[in-house]
Amino acid sequence: MHRLRRYASLYGALCRISLVQEMMFKVNFLLWIFVETLWFALQLAFMGVLYEHTDQIAGWTKWEVIALSGASQFLMQLVSITVITNLTNLSELIRTGKLDFFLLLPVNTRFLISTRKFEAGNVFNALLGLAVLAYALSRLGIIPSVVQVAGFVLLCAAGLVIHYSLMFLLAIIAFWTVRAQGIVWGYYNLFNIARLPDGAIPRGVFKVVFTFVLPMLLVSNVPVKLLTDRLQSPGEMGVLLVLAAGCLALSEWVWRRAIRQYTSASS
Amino acid sequence: MGKYLHVLSIGIQNTLVYRVNFLFRAVFGLVPLMGTLFVWQAIYAGKGPDSMVGAYTLQGMVSYYLVITFVDALTAVAEDDWQIAADIKDGAISQFLLKPMDYLAYRLCLYLSGRTIYTAVALIPVTLFALYLREYFLLPASAGTAALFVVSLLLAALLQFFLAYTMALLAFWVLDVSTFIFIQFAFEYICSGHLFPLDILPPAIARALQCTPYPYLCYFPAAVYLGRVTGGELIQGLMIQTAWVLGAFVLARWVWARGLRRYSAAGG
Repeated sequence: MHRLRRYASLYGALCRISLVQEMMFKVNFLLWIFVETLWFALQLAFMGVLYEHTDQIAGWTKWEVIALSGASQFLMQLVSITVITNLTNLSELIRTGKLDFFLLLPVNTRFLISTRKFEAGNVFNALLGLAVLAYALSRLGIIPSVVQVAGFVLLCAAGLVIHYSLMFLLAIIAFWTVRAQGIVWGYYNLFNIARLPDGAIPRGVFKVVFTFVLPMLLVSNVPVKLLTDRLQSPGEMGVLLVLAAGCLALSEWVWRRAIRQYTSASS
Repeated sequence: MGKYLHVLSIGIQNTLVYRVNFLFRAVFGLVPLMGTLFVWQAIYAGKGPDSMVGAYTLQGMVSYYLVITFVDALTAVAEDDWQIAADIKDGAISQFLLKPMDYLAYRLCLYLSGRTIYTAVALIPVTLFALYLREYFLLPASAGTAALFVVSLLLAALLQFFLAYTMALLAFWVLDVSTFIFIQFAFEYICSGHLFPLDILPPAIARALQCTPYPYLCYFPAAVYLGRVTGGELIQGLMIQTAWVLGAFVLARWVWARGLRRYSAAGG
């Protein structure tokens, strides 16, 4: 409990420092919020265009797909707020040997390198995603129960853990290849998969990979299906939770191996 | 001319370093494309056999995306705009003001060499992907169509470069150009036909888009390839495309001249 409080106050301090840094460039801060909003609007416009030509995609109606877009936007923005910047910078820390500095601090190194920079601007975009989800639900005439909302929060947390662990795994490839920034950016392409209604993907290698190896087809689909009563069985939620635990464990195991063979640079 | 050929060859050698990076990018880039194609397949399956979306059958739709992927590999601006902005910010362009070498021509050479290497690398995954979808893949209807496609592709590449170059020149005025680049890229992504063919939009919007340069970056070459524009319409399209290229070139020169007046050669 004491440890938890220490890390919470540490995270609070990191957030404050990040916010102060952001506020030095206020216009830029607002422009980034605009950029993210624009890209989200663009995805919604694409869905709008698709539904000009059809009533349903694999059994998903327009507002169900928009709810899905909102939820995956929410998750992606949560990842952006907390870890993306830090993980893309990890390869720089390794290349320049600055990682030494973090290894010496009396704090869990993985915690520090994952959460160092807090992207406050994305909070707005996360809320926007949530608002779109809520609006889509209201268009569908759905008022989720307390249990459903609680389940949604839990499943989103699991989705966050999955995104984080996979991205972390990609980032620590840099311990072996030194340059991995491009690989982490490549992860952005995977967010595109998370927005798709899972029923649209036919059985095959693609579906298996993106359900069980890189569970993109689960992270936003399952929470939305819970809210819209589309779950075929509670097993889908079980798979998501088990995979979240698995991804986290795997990333921790690889991290320990990586750090063991780290030799620093230029010193 | 010789000195620019030299730049071209140096550019090729430098970008060869990034071949693995390029391969990753090309492969990762195919993932969302596959997702989009699955969604279209689901839409066509829901509408029943032989259904159409706009003027597209499922086969027409899939080959549209394949051609777009190909056009994108050949013309997209990768790191050029960031590098130009960085050159301005840390004063690296000062040397070009002293040397008998034109910065725009220099960057154009680097862009062309970058595209050559990227296309060579991306050809592997893209060809495999096209083979996987071979039942949907269409070759141009005739040699004439193929030739006109190459012309419109070259014009699209020039237009793409001049627009990106002009965007990057904003670095003369603002500290961080990346937001502006992303905003313009967002518009380009949807208005150039990257995300979906523009003629499935409501006619009023599609016509309005035709008044912007964006369709000539992607949609127009693809439409030429697929034989969707022919005859007089095609010639007119190529002329408009050429006009946009010239306009973008003049704009790039003008912005450069204005920017130099503000330039303080920081760090140079």
